[in-house]
Amino acid sequence: MASLIKTFLLTDLLKGLWTTFKNQKPSKVVTEQYPLDRPPVAERYRGAPRLNTHPETSETLCISCNLCALACPEQLIVVTSERNPETKRKDLTTFTYDVSRCMFCGLCEDACPVDALELTQDFELATYTREGQIWDRQMLEEGPLPVRYTH
Amino acid sequence: MAETTLAPPEVQAETLLDSNELVLNMGPQHPSTHGVLRVILKLDGETVLGTDCVIGYLHRGVEKIAENRTFQQFAPYVDRMDYVAAVSNGLGYCMAVEKLLDVEIPPRAQAVRVILTELNRIASHLLWLGTHALDIGAITPVFLCFREREEVLKIFENYCGARLTTHAFRIGGLQYETYDTFEKECLKFCDLMEQKLKEYHDLLTGNRIWVRRTKGVGILNAADCKDYGVTGPLIRAAGVEWDLRKAQPYCGYENYDFDIPTAETGDTFDRYMVRMEEMVQSCRIIRQAVDGLPEGPIKGKVGKVIKPPPGEAYVSIEAPKGELGYYVVSDGSLNPYRVRVRPPSFVNLGALDKMCRGSLVADVVAIIGTIDIVLGEVDR
Repeated sequence: MASLIKTFLLTDLLKGLWTTFKNQKPSKVVTEQYPLDRPPVAERYRGAPRLNTHPETSETLCISCNLCALACPEQLIVVTSERNPETKRKDLTTFTYDVSRCMFCGLCEDACPVDALELTQDFELATYTREGQIWDRQMLEEGPLPVRYTH
Repeated sequence: MAETTLAPPEVQAETLLDSNELVLNMGPQHPSTHGVLRVILKLDGETVLGTDCVIGYLHRGVEKIAENRTFQQFAPYVDRMDYVAAVSNGLGYCMAVEKLLDVEIPPRAQAVRVILTELNRIASHLLWLGTHALDIGAITPVFLCFREREEVLKIFENYCGARLTTHAFRIGGLQYETYDTFEKECLKFCDLMEQKLKEYHDLLTGNRIWVRRTKGVGILNAADCKDYGVTGPLIRAAGVEWDLRKAQPYCGYENYDFDIPTAETGDTFDRYMVRMEEMVQSCRIIRQAVDGLPEGPIKGKVGKVIKPPPGEAYVSIEAPKGELGYYVVSDGSLNPYRVRVRPPSFVNLGALDKMCRGSLVADVVAIIGTIDIVLGEVDR
């Protein structure tokens, strides 16, 4: 009998509708107004790569050990260097990083013994051409051109 | 006029009556097939006489890729199989290689692994609940589920820097130490989850439309489950208390106190209730793991170069969708000789035909949803 009354009073449906209604409060809105309102990404976020330089002398920290290129599953890093006859060390000449094939696993970052290569918090990597996805040493050190939004 | 050599076909009464059998393609672009599954349905009116699955639209040859990568390099690829539960995949693969290497994993690493895997189980079940309800016609749950899933993804992002394809674990332990508010955020999420589960129950469990669409639909009893090798929530809903976390504990699951939720009939509604209860149990495990999180190192004794001795190892874990197995063969070189994955989705999908026969076309949508397949894992 009680279940029959419940069937006619539509309590089960009203309960669900009330739950839906409760979540209508404007303070519970979770939509982010990207790109106007940019969400903060985590400190450890694995985004665009960066080749760090010394903050004072602005010399590269990279010692051309090639470990990142060996660690990369997609083999998208190419490091070239030449032997400096004075210091007997390898000097970095070019560093190429193909972002279009990167899956941001972070293995190159882990492999780097001097924290030169780092995945940063920048996540906007779209370009107009495929060639634009291949980052050279200058782009890796200075970062891609800053993006400005107009509307 | 030339005499025809073709004899007229023998028309029988039964064939005439059966002539309105219809073969219908469902998918691969159908939204309720959860990706790129194509189901060929044989229909008599609205009744399904039989189904045939066409898979492989998302085949990437992951197992072959493994043979050309080192053991560490292959770890990010396993995340791309069951991308909804990437952490579980990573755990299974890492444990298989660790078994080959025969290394001890520090207790802290194991506890963090358990926390993240259980969080991922909740995230996977939330995505299943949202999309499954959406398939059947309830639109509200998907928004609420994704809102809560976002909290899990935020924990993942803070922990390892990625939200979906996390690459959270490394062979031998963990790469990242937990962040400052990790424990607090996990406990906060458990509190939130228990509160929100009540909302989902209000929306669906008592709802007459939901009950009529799910009760008695797609019944798979215990004997059939065993015949088809079905695991996970599907076999538990049929009344078999089978959970690898209890049956063959790994990663320190024997230290946690939790129940295996089961049901009786094995229909879609039972599977719904089992998964809802599993989320509660996952919260319980997370609480215990966070409370007893030991201090200590996070990586076992593995070298920079991983070169397991020749041999083979099979490790299976309880992924959100069922038994996830990794079979790794090493020939003593840097690359695995062979990696074979036993994906739960693929095996569970085999029972689709059995569950669909005799039901209606609209129920096929509900049954595909209730198996909880991820096509990245089915096709690999």
